[in-house]
Amino acid sequence: MPRPAADLRPAPLAAEPMLPRAFRVAARRRETHDVFTLELEPADAPGEAFAFEPGQFNMLYVLGAGEVPISISGDPTRPGRLMHTVRAVGGVTRLLEGLKKGDSLGVRGPYGAPWPVLDAEGRDVVVVAGGIGLAPLRPLICQVLARRDRFGRVSIVFGTRSPADILLAKDLERWRSKFDVDVLLTVDHAPPGWRGHVGVVTALLPRAAFDPANARAFVCGPEVMMRFTVQELAHRGLPAASVHVTMERNMKCAIGLCGHCQYGPEFVCKDGPVFRFDRIERIFGVREL
Amino acid sequence: MRTLEPTLAEHPFFRDLAEDYIRLCAGCAKNVVFKPGQYLLREGHKADQFFVLRAGRVQLQMEAPGREPLTIQSFSEGDVIGWSWLVPPYRWAFDAKAVEATRCLALDGACLRKKCEANHDLGYELFKRIAAMMERRLHATRLQILDVYAAPGR
Ligand SMILES: Cc1cc2nc3c(=O)[nH]c(=O)nc-3n(C[C@H](O)[C@H](O)[C@H](O)COP(=O)(O)OP(=O)(O)OC[C@H]3O[C@@H](n4cnc5c(N)ncnc54)[C@H](O)[C@@H]3O)c2cc1C
Ligand code: FES
Repeated sequence: MPRPAADLRPAPLAAEPMLPRAFRVAARRRETHDVFTLELEPADAPGEAFAFEPGQFNMLYVLGAGEVPISISGDPTRPGRLMHTVRAVGGVTRLLEGLKKGDSLGVRGPYGAPWPVLDAEGRDVVVVAGGIGLAPLRPLICQVLARRDRFGRVSIVFGTRSPADILLAKDLERWRSKFDVDVLLTVDHAPPGWRGHVGVVTALLPRAAFDPANARAFVCGPEVMMRFTVQELAHRGLPAASVHVTMERNMKCAIGLCGHCQYGPEFVCKDGPVFRFDRIERIFGVREL
Repeated sequence: MRTLEPTLAEHPFFRDLAEDYIRLCAGCAKNVVFKPGQYLLREGHKADQFFVLRAGRVQLQMEAPGREPLTIQSFSEGDVIGWSWLVPPYRWAFDAKAVEATRCLALDGACLRKKCEANHDLGYELFKRIAAMMERRLHATRLQILDVYAAPGR
């Protein structure tokens, strides 16, 4: 259980995994009408870098309100402030949205199995993101691009609801300006004036260049979108064992103790949230077990 | 005059179609160009063509009275547009507008239908390809209707 505000103090994460550490908001940015990015630093050590692996998440604790799992969206190759990109959907995420520079919150983590970036070296890489799903993939994209020469062709395929829902737009522009990365972006529907792609993200997959015999795909988004994406990738010849997805389940302890996130034989918090698709295919789409 | 057969044969929709079928289809085809803002087809108008996109971008739009037109799909190089030429009463069900300079091959629907009637093997090949395309579009539409990125509870 998260401690009350009075108990919130700096603590070594590994020694006390259930004790949140006090962080402060160093900067906040609005991404879209309901998505924002927070940059955080430890209250007791403002310059201290936060080390993590792409795909890992933290439990963010809003004092007195509750805790939510949120993926880390920073660049793991440039250790610095802890970064989270959040969509305000309910009680806790709306309170996070209201935090101002200097406000404090509790953080515990990083937790969870990362995207297996090393396994993709020497292969083509296809990143498929839907909506807020781009945030957990951002660290992976940063890592792949920082070591660009170790990978084959790299495609980033991003789908979202409308042009107004494009988050991390500066990053997308930066990635798109590179000559050795294909960025394909689509929106589900668009008002007049939009000249980009319109249609679901799966409709763009035939345009992603990869060799199905030697590629890895990393997919994050709403579950239905991931299901259709995996089907389309299979249609292109990419086996389920070459696809990694993330699973989202309600969490409490985030360290494999409470069983809250159990998903068949797996605990999403410690065996995931990143899973190889063939390992969870059987239970994919089943809500809470 | 340069024949359109190689262009047709290279297009993903016609890939691996037998040479004599390509020749039959090319006999119904002509090159067309649309400027940005020009319509390829309009809702309710006679559906007499099948567009094979070579370059550019086309948006499929729907209009509802009192609302601005909503773009629900876009097409670019490698796509084909329209199957209403296949099914009576041969009328388009939507608008399609070029948003960039767009080059296509336009295949005459009546000409294609006639060739399919005369040569059922060609007809079967084309129908298989069109059925596969329709199935994928139907899938995409289902995903679109689910509005998967909407805020929870909306
Ligand atoms: C491992 C992991 C990583 C995550 N990473 C991110 C991230 O990087 N950015 C981000 O914005 N969110 C992320 N989430 C989702 C985030 O944890 C939830 O949105 C949050 O817990 C909602 O809490 P709340 O109190 O604001 O909303 P609540 O009041 O608990 O719920 C409000 C509404 O949101 C729905 N809801 C709650 N959780 C989810 C969910 N996971 N998916 C879809 N709908 C949900 C509820 O059913 C309800 O309708 C992640 C979740 C997990 C498990
Ligand atoms: S959240 Fe407690 S076991 Fe996973």
